[in-house]
Amino acid sequence: MKYDIVLCGVGGQGGISVSIVIAQAALAEGLAAKQSEVHGMAQRGGEVLSHLRLSDRPIASPLIPEGTGHLVLAFEPLEALRYLSSLAPGAAVITSSAPFRNIASYPPDEGLLSALLGLPNCRIVDAEAIAREAGNPRAGNIALVGAASRHLPLSESSLVQAIERCFAPKGGAVVEANLKAFVLGRKA
Amino acid sequence: MPMDILMGNEAIALGALHAGISAAFAYPGTPSTEIMESLQGFAARGPSAGPERLAAQWCANEKTAYEAALGASFAGRRACVSMKHVGLNVAADPFVNSALLRIKGGLLVVVADDPGMHSSQDEQDSRALAEFARVPCLEPSDQQEAYDMTRAAFDISERYRMPVLLRVTTRLAHGRSAVETAAPPGRNAHSKAEDRWGWTLMPHAARGLWKEVLAKYEALRSESEASAARERGDPLRAVITAGLALEYYRENEAELSGLPAGKPSHLHVDRYPMPYAAIREICATAKRVLIIEEGAPFIERYLRGILPTAIAIEGRESGEIPATGELTPDNVRPALGLGARAGQSAGAFELPRRPPQLCQGCPHLDSYTFLTEALTAYPVHSVNADIGCYTLGALPPLEAIDSVVDMGASIGMARGAAEAGLVPAVAVIGDSTFYHSGITGLVDLAAHGTSATILILDNSTTGMTGAQPTILPSERLSRIALACGVAEEHVVLLSAHKKDHEANVQAMRRELDYQGPSVVISARPCIEAMKKARKA
Repeated sequence: MKYDIVLCGVGGQGGISVSIVIAQAALAEGLAAKQSEVHGMAQRGGEVLSHLRLSDRPIASPLIPEGTGHLVLAFEPLEALRYLSSLAPGAAVITSSAPFRNIASYPPDEGLLSALLGLPNCRIVDAEAIAREAGNPRAGNIALVGAASRHLPLSESSLVQAIERCFAPKGGAVVEANLKAFVLGRKA
Repeated sequence: MPMDILMGNEAIALGALHAGISAAFAYPGTPSTEIMESLQGFAARGPSAGPERLAAQWCANEKTAYEAALGASFAGRRACVSMKHVGLNVAADPFVNSALLRIKGGLLVVVADDPGMHSSQDEQDSRALAEFARVPCLEPSDQQEAYDMTRAAFDISERYRMPVLLRVTTRLAHGRSAVETAAPPGRNAHSKAEDRWGWTLMPHAARGLWKEVLAKYEALRSESEASAARERGDPLRAVITAGLALEYYRENEAELSGLPAGKPSHLHVDRYPMPYAAIREICATAKRVLIIEEGAPFIERYLRGILPTAIAIEGRESGEIPATGELTPDNVRPALGLGARAGQSAGAFELPRRPPQLCQGCPHLDSYTFLTEALTAYPVHSVNADIGCYTLGALPPLEAIDSVVDMGASIGMARGAAEAGLVPAVAVIGDSTFYHSGITGLVDLAAHGTSATILILDNSTTGMTGAQPTILPSERLSRIALACGVAEEHVVLLSAHKKDHEANVQAMRRELDYQGPSVVISARPCIEAMKKARKA
């Protein structure tokens, strides 16, 4: 078994916690995980990309080979379209619906939506609304993990435990909000 | 043994801790920064005094960091210095000379290269500098090896009495995977190197030490031979990998078995000096050899030399693999005889790029706005800038700067431009970069009375690398300018706020008109650093 995930968004959206949650859950299930990201200049409001690979066998490349990825998990809808070449035919795209408009050439909603809907397997999640409902506007990323959880080769309980472990240093309220966002996202 | 998912830089920090280091020094630089950040975390949880104390400190620059690490080694204790690839240029003087010293406590220099230039101004390969200095170089292929090799490096350093360079690249430094760790040994006791002529590089001593270095380097070659891993395959076709490139070879390996000739013979090089015998052996019967290495065609060039060879040598220099940028599991495929794979696409949808930009509310935006407006009065002018978030001032909509070269270059270049008659000349430099490499430029400026204006963007942090504290507090900046001899009325403090825009434009113009050296300090704390401080 192997499962390759492209995580993407805009610098500052905090996607690293998502990688860590999924990787920790994989480790707890005895899987290998390998993750790769880029820091520095790109994080200043630019395109950010992270590759996360899970497998029951040792993983070689830190980067996902073109045309073989299983999932694009996007924190922003325009960015969801940027790394499609990594995806295997028919593989899924799950994206937040909330645009991050920090460039003048940002496409109009309509065009963006139709490009997303033209993909073979795309789900658009209102992660911001879920985060608000969960009581923490920063829980949107974990709402997306919830939405992705039915695709991931990981049990719900190991993801829940990974969320608890990842957010424990930030206190019980943050853990609770993220767990709620996960559950709501899973239903979305 | 405990196992955790670690970033490459965390694995290196943990390896150094478990090797029993007593001191670590660094200057922030992507992709190396998290090594020191992790070490500082360990230091904060450990004793603050006594023989078990870990000193983990940011320094003014990589050269001062390197020299501090040398001092700790001289004191008999294990020390680590970490930096990005271009940081090694700054530390080149102590680095190259330290090869000649009879190292006492193990000394590890970790250098994180940035092929693809994700957050750097070049993609130089530190293996070349290690060889230039005749310093042994270890090149891990994954996070586990990064941990293991970090620990081993201290043993090699003490056994050969040489510094050891651990070379990693972005994908390893900033990648995460599971790492198994082992119990640490004890610390070295404090014991001064009672060896004046092993540590004093006067010509008569250095001549003898240099001969020692050359002998030690050849002895180290046998270690490289022993650790180079060989796999028998097609005797006519050889593949040599180094460091992280191994992972891209492995990713494609299964498909190679399906090719008519089957899998090639394979040699993996994980350390330098170059294992000559292992390379000759793997190539003995080969008609073609492909070298897959991250960074420069370092091994490839060795093999090719300049005279014709009977064997076809393929790699980044010959063009089978792209000459620039990072390796990927895909861009090595044509060289391995494998076809491209297609993924999905967004069809005709036009995808705009999203370049990095200054944060909303960044003080640099206000500084650039007043600088640009002040300069409208001068049809000819130059703005030489520097390394940091404010480098983004080159991009639209600001397009406020004319050059960015290296840490501190803004001041030297503005001075040179002014001396060559291009005035007004402005140097734009951040507070951390000024402390790193700007002060000596200011000394030159003041010594020659050059008509140039240094605009210090003082945000009280090292922003681009994630808001590490600036080495000294901001209020010392003006005192340094005064102490160097800039006239008091031309050391000007401004506040980088929109509301002060008009006054700032006028103040800037006064200094641009002034025939002599001036320093304008535009101050306002970095908003990201303030957010980070609130969270902490």
